[in-house]
Amino acid sequence: MSSSIQSSNNSLRLRPRQIQNRQLYSGFILALTLVATIITVGALLFVLGYLLFKGVRSLDLNVITKGPAPMGMNGGGLRNGIIGTMIMLAIASTIGIPVGILGGIYQIEAKGKFVWIVRFFTDVLNGIPSVVIGLFIFIVVVGPTHQFSALAGGLALGILMIPTVMKTTEEILRLVPNALREASLGLGASRWRTMSSVILPAAKNGIITGIMLAVARVAGETAPLLYTAFGNTLFSIKLNKPIDALPLDIFTMATSPYASDNRLALAGAIILIGLIFFLSILTRFTTGRQFVEEK
Amino acid sequence: MSLSSPSLPNKTGSGGFSPVTAVKKSSLRDRTFSRTLDKVYIGILFAASLTILAIVFGLLLQLAYSSRDTIHVFGFNFFTKDEWNPNTDVYAARPFIMATLYSSLIALLISVPISLGTAIFLSELCPKWLRTPLSFLVELLAAVPSVVYGLWAIFIMIPFVVKYIETPISTASMKIPVLHVGPHAHIELLHRRIFLGDLPIFDKAANGTDMLAAGLILAIMITPYITAVSRDILRAIPRSVREGSYALGSTKWEAIKLVVLPFARAGITGGVILGLGRALGETMAVTMVCGNGMGPFKWDLFNQCSTMASVIANDLGDASGLHISALIEIGLVLFLVTMIVNAGARLLIFFTAKDIQGGGK
Repeated sequence: MSSSIQSSNNSLRLRPRQIQNRQLYSGFILALTLVATIITVGALLFVLGYLLFKGVRSLDLNVITKGPAPMGMNGGGLRNGIIGTMIMLAIASTIGIPVGILGGIYQIEAKGKFVWIVRFFTDVLNGIPSVVIGLFIFIVVVGPTHQFSALAGGLALGILMIPTVMKTTEEILRLVPNALREASLGLGASRWRTMSSVILPAAKNGIITGIMLAVARVAGETAPLLYTAFGNTLFSIKLNKPIDALPLDIFTMATSPYASDNRLALAGAIILIGLIFFLSILTRFTTGRQFVEEK
Repeated sequence: MSLSSPSLPNKTGSGGFSPVTAVKKSSLRDRTFSRTLDKVYIGILFAASLTILAIVFGLLLQLAYSSRDTIHVFGFNFFTKDEWNPNTDVYAARPFIMATLYSSLIALLISVPISLGTAIFLSELCPKWLRTPLSFLVELLAAVPSVVYGLWAIFIMIPFVVKYIETPISTASMKIPVLHVGPHAHIELLHRRIFLGDLPIFDKAANGTDMLAAGLILAIMITPYITAVSRDILRAIPRSVREGSYALGSTKWEAIKLVVLPFARAGITGGVILGLGRALGETMAVTMVCGNGMGPFKWDLFNQCSTMASVIANDLGDASGLHISALIEIGLVLFLVTMIVNAGARLLIFFTAKDIQGGGK
């Protein structure tokens, strides 16, 4: 016993040199993590920098106001795609937002095993590749009606929206201090009253921006639209006909051999990213501050 | 199961929430009304949650039902054969399944070290004023739509990769010494030139849209996910754990390696698997850069390939009959694989979070 203590004492008596080596090694590895961070952030700046640099130059009013030009000609715009995307987002929102919000509230209000099951399946739904959702809508909607349609595209986007809206709602509702809820319940308010008159109003701003962010993210989805909305070179706002969408335009124009198309693809990418980043930053500012200080 | 989260501290059992005597004036009818209203309210919430379950199960059943033809005709051969030929109506998905796994593996190999390094830096080293903007930047990177990554890859990444990586490799040669026994029993040492382009993983005719490009763009796309999850896990580990390690005389890296990382291992693995799930199902960016070759699978990094997702995206438009059924079966496989992968990841993250909470208290 005593000998082991003795020996451990000996090994503990490190020479300064050894300590220095360990410190150097530590510093070396930590420097590597800095390098990794620089690579990650550098990749972002590389992607964004390029898009901004090239894309902003190709942005002009024509991009928003004009429809596509004849193949290979200059001067077309993305109007059809932008309007188509907006229409489909509207359809998607009418499905995705109510289900998402109610599902998120359910996560707060209910208890027991089923809550956990629902959360698990929401995660599963969130992880399903968007192309598979598109395939599903293709089978269920496009197949029987023999018609690509704006409705089918909107439906696919709506399903994609549900998990995100639900997660956001739940997270923001959890930020509302419990004291508010307890006070309301203590005054004899019913659970419905407590939610509708106390908790939801307190969380309103956060939920709204969170939902806008979910919508913006869904706006960039391309794969589920390929065989549901399908795209349309002509201007159309009919819900039962194929419709154009901004991400579909970006896809076809980026892979097109014509420089004028490539330019438009860049402009479209700038619009899409601008929208998403603006809403991300907005979400950050509206949700981050509200309750943290009160806690 | 003890998994059902005890998240709500105020136990308001059904009907037990109204403090009894405080509301003298309110009539009994009012209270029963609000009680029914509450039941309706919970019912609606429940219905919304059921919708989510219905969608997941509906999806699974519909995909399985719609692919019954190919399941019936090809059976297990669908996963083991190499031929995909719409002209002769023979379909086997092995090339696409392998390409999906291969490209995701490449992506993970590149992405995991970088993501882990970034996560460690962000959670352990980064000065406070820099932490929030950097984390936010990483989150933004995760929000960029896949089609935009594809566009960037086409215009920037592929030309760069062709010029500085693929062409040098395919044209480079190595001299390796070979022992040669000559006709006159002289032992000579010859040098034999090996063209790297002859190796099975580098094709000579590289044109940029290939497996390597798919792997690279996937790596760029999943890095933010893995970083974000790993950072969250690392941040959740209590300070006291690190301080204990410092007090025993460890350096910063030793504390991370010996104490922090073992704590976070399962959760970080979960994050990596989550990234894998993303990579497996990623469609647009991969479709734009992978070359969409339909031949048998090769390990060749410069081979034009198709992943499961990209073959669905490319072929569904002009498919009919058995072809559609085959594509749907690919979708079904993709669904099942990503579901299993994601479920595994979520469970790992969930249990790590639980462990950390338990250990911290």
